[in-house]
Amino acid sequence: MKGRVLMNGEEKRTANGPLTRLIADGPAVTHRKRRRETLMPDQWPDESPGTGKLIQTETETASPVALGTPVPLAKVLSAGASRLDAIARGEPFESEIHAEFAQETPILEIDHFSLSYGPKQVLFNISMIIPRGKVTAIIGPSGCGKSTLIRCINRMNDLIESVRIEGDIRLDGTSVFDPAVDVTEIRKRAGMVFQKPNPFPMSIFENVVYPLRIQGVRDRRVLAEVCERSLRAAALWDEVKDNLHQNAMQLSGGQQQRLCIARALAGDPEVLLLDEPCSALDPIATNKIEDLIRELAGTYTIVIVTHNMQQAARISDFTALLYLGRLIEYGPTRRIFSAPHLPETEAYVTGRFG
Amino acid sequence: MAQSVVVSLKEKINNQWRDRPRSQGSLLSAYGEPAIWLTGGALVICLAMILGLLLLILINGLRTFWPARVVHIKLRNGQAVLGEITRSEWYRPDPAFLEQLSPDQRALYVEAIEAHDGWVKRELIRIGNYELTNEHFRWVALPEIAPGGGTFPDWALVIERVTWGRFYGFPVGFVVGETVTATEPQQIWQEFQKHHPRVRQRWRRIRQLETRTLGDINYALEKSRLRLRTIELREGKSSPAYQELAQQFARQEAELQQEYDSVRTEIESLRRENSQYGLRLRTADGQEKDIGLADIVRAYPANQLSLGERLALYGSRVWEFLSDEPREANSEGGIFPAIFGTAFLTLLMSLAVVPLGVVAALYLREYAKAGVVVSTVRVAVNNLAGVPSIVFGVFGLGFFCYVVGGTIDQVFFSARLPNPTFGTGGILWASLTLALLTMPVVIVATEEALAAVPRSMREGSYACGASRWQTIRRIVLPRAMPGVLTGAILAMARGAGEVAPLMLVGAVKLAPELPLDHRFPYLHLERSFMHLGFHIYDLGFQSPNSEAAKPMVFSATLLLILLVAALNLGAMVLRSRLRKEMRATHL
Repeated sequence: MKGRVLMNGEEKRTANGPLTRLIADGPAVTHRKRRRETLMPDQWPDESPGTGKLIQTETETASPVALGTPVPLAKVLSAGASRLDAIARGEPFESEIHAEFAQETPILEIDHFSLSYGPKQVLFNISMIIPRGKVTAIIGPSGCGKSTLIRCINRMNDLIESVRIEGDIRLDGTSVFDPAVDVTEIRKRAGMVFQKPNPFPMSIFENVVYPLRIQGVRDRRVLAEVCERSLRAAALWDEVKDNLHQNAMQLSGGQQQRLCIARALAGDPEVLLLDEPCSALDPIATNKIEDLIRELAGTYTIVIVTHNMQQAARISDFTALLYLGRLIEYGPTRRIFSAPHLPETEAYVTGRFG
Repeated sequence: MAQSVVVSLKEKINNQWRDRPRSQGSLLSAYGEPAIWLTGGALVICLAMILGLLLLILINGLRTFWPARVVHIKLRNGQAVLGEITRSEWYRPDPAFLEQLSPDQRALYVEAIEAHDGWVKRELIRIGNYELTNEHFRWVALPEIAPGGGTFPDWALVIERVTWGRFYGFPVGFVVGETVTATEPQQIWQEFQKHHPRVRQRWRRIRQLETRTLGDINYALEKSRLRLRTIELREGKSSPAYQELAQQFARQEAELQQEYDSVRTEIESLRRENSQYGLRLRTADGQEKDIGLADIVRAYPANQLSLGERLALYGSRVWEFLSDEPREANSEGGIFPAIFGTAFLTLLMSLAVVPLGVVAALYLREYAKAGVVVSTVRVAVNNLAGVPSIVFGVFGLGFFCYVVGGTIDQVFFSARLPNPTFGTGGILWASLTLALLTMPVVIVATEEALAAVPRSMREGSYACGASRWQTIRRIVLPRAMPGVLTGAILAMARGAGEVAPLMLVGAVKLAPELPLDHRFPYLHLERSFMHLGFHIYDLGFQSPNSEAAKPMVFSATLLLILLVAALNLGAMVLRSRLRKEMRATHL
């Protein structure tokens, strides 16, 4: 699986590179690819930022199967390098979980959860609780498994074959993996918004009421009411109320993402899972979504995966740092960003690696 | 001073240009231009071939219906020829042919041959009058023509007839009953125009009575007979039910016979009335011939027509071509049954292939677990597209007609046996055969369209709690619709143009009835049908009067191309409209 992702990265890069380079460095590219397969991750040659980013994007959008390039963390980091090395070698690791969680009521419990795609293990023994009514951010370098983790909560990973899991995730006390549980029920209780806005090619109204439509609700009054409530909650009502029957594909990117949030809210979920909801948006649209998340907190429990540490610091109550499939540190956002317990966390949040 | 500077600069540049460094012995492939010329040239050749073909078909197809002038040629041997010049060509006369000519004729030929290096020009004249001459066309070589050459007489009439093809001649009398009412061409023409529409109206009435009313009577009789036969098969001849029905049948038969007779009498009286009117014509070589007005489809003095009249004639011929049934072994009249058969066949085929293909592709792409089996199935489906179409025809005949149709006949139409109902070629089996033939196209196109639906959209739907089928129904399929339509277009285009398999499973030279008519159950899927593609083949290669059929081949081809283009265009418009709805303006 990993080989294919790397190949994809290569293809993208050569396709984007100038033509002349492609001809001139033709053999060099294959050479580099060969080297990459044989060397250890931390020995990889430095890539230009552009290239690295491309591979990351590919990793994030293509599929959650893709575990991208692990960052040569140990090389950069002086303090605690040995511990990160140990993680990279696959030695057991004890997550640092702050004591503040004792006072919170959990809505989600992730219990010694591990996951592998075929032979490749992606998540290692993660245990954490998500407090009810709070915003929890999951941060970490690319390919650390944060998207995979959040997608396990509503079992989106079911769609991928060859997934194996160990441990359990409980939503309100019931296991989401219980064979007796209806997966569509889980997904209704845990609404999800994705990295790229994905409105359906139909009218705004139909987009919002989609969760009701698939439940067979036909009462036009109920549909209209839910539509308005959800759009108001997603702070989109005022912008679209006059043309609800316009095609949703014609909205701007930020509006589309808020529409997706409205759609998730229309199903009346308990938990809202946001998988990098702002990564495809400009700063103004990002601001709007962040404001929205703050407003929704309290009513809903929100779990947000983000690349952007400022964003995590601004909007979340709790923050978890993942690295190579392990939960490194998990605590109140203020503490994680100002006084983390582990030096690795401090290095990450201050931008010294990742 | 300044000028000399300019001059020296020019010289310098020129020298530089002359002495510019040139790569020695570098590869031809290192230059871009040859590749551009090569690829561009190939494209131009392809386009030229396609455009040439289209132009040929267009010109010949449109020319078919143009009323040409009628030429009257006097020959040296005293004969005269009256007809339309179809085409002319240069040929080398056979020496043996020259031997048998009289000396002065031979001298003329030799003169003409020597003037053009052994070649002689000749013209093909459509002379018609088949029952008198036993020819529809005749070659006239230039040396044969008497010094006066050809003239275009005012009152040379072209007569299109119901039977025997065209007639060319001069009007000499208009006959009503036994008397001749007019002898001057002008008068005759006026009389003809006065009476012809009424005669034709009666003729159409006769045709309607024969095909519709008598057809209905026969149909009702046949139905009762079948009911009787069914009871006979089920209960035996001696059963009371059969006895009762047999009496009933006899009564009905008598009633219908009476009705039949009365219709026959009406037809006879109409016929008698029509047969009074006749047009007496004299051919170029002086023979006189009476032609009943009822036999005349259209007559016109070809050399007197103004441009407007020619256009009107052209229009009426085109309309006849599109809306009427064929005459004269398909070489005259219209091809409406073939147009209808083609369109109906294509429609039935689409109804069969699109839902089936889409559902099959859905399973392959959405439900089946990727693996060896699915890959094998996919490869097999793709290879199916390469199987020669006649193979599908043989399969259709063997499986659909004989096995399935035969079984249906055994079970439901046993009364009609040994005459097959579904057990022979028919439009249903033909459309199913074509559906099988075009299935790979639909499956491949649909699979591609399904694969192109973004994963994010499916995830969005799943995340809303939708089941797999709901996601397919509400998100994936609408989104894949343009691609599905593309597949349907390709399948329709392929199916509409296919001929070989149809010859085995139900396309016929002349179908007496359309597969859709006014008799219950309106849709007669067991009937054989006419098809444009087959019609073209039949006209071009099976016609007894191939020279006359040739222009019709072009017209039918043009029509087939237009039909396929129209089908494609319609589907493309639909697709682009769908696409517009799907397209995201942002991101």
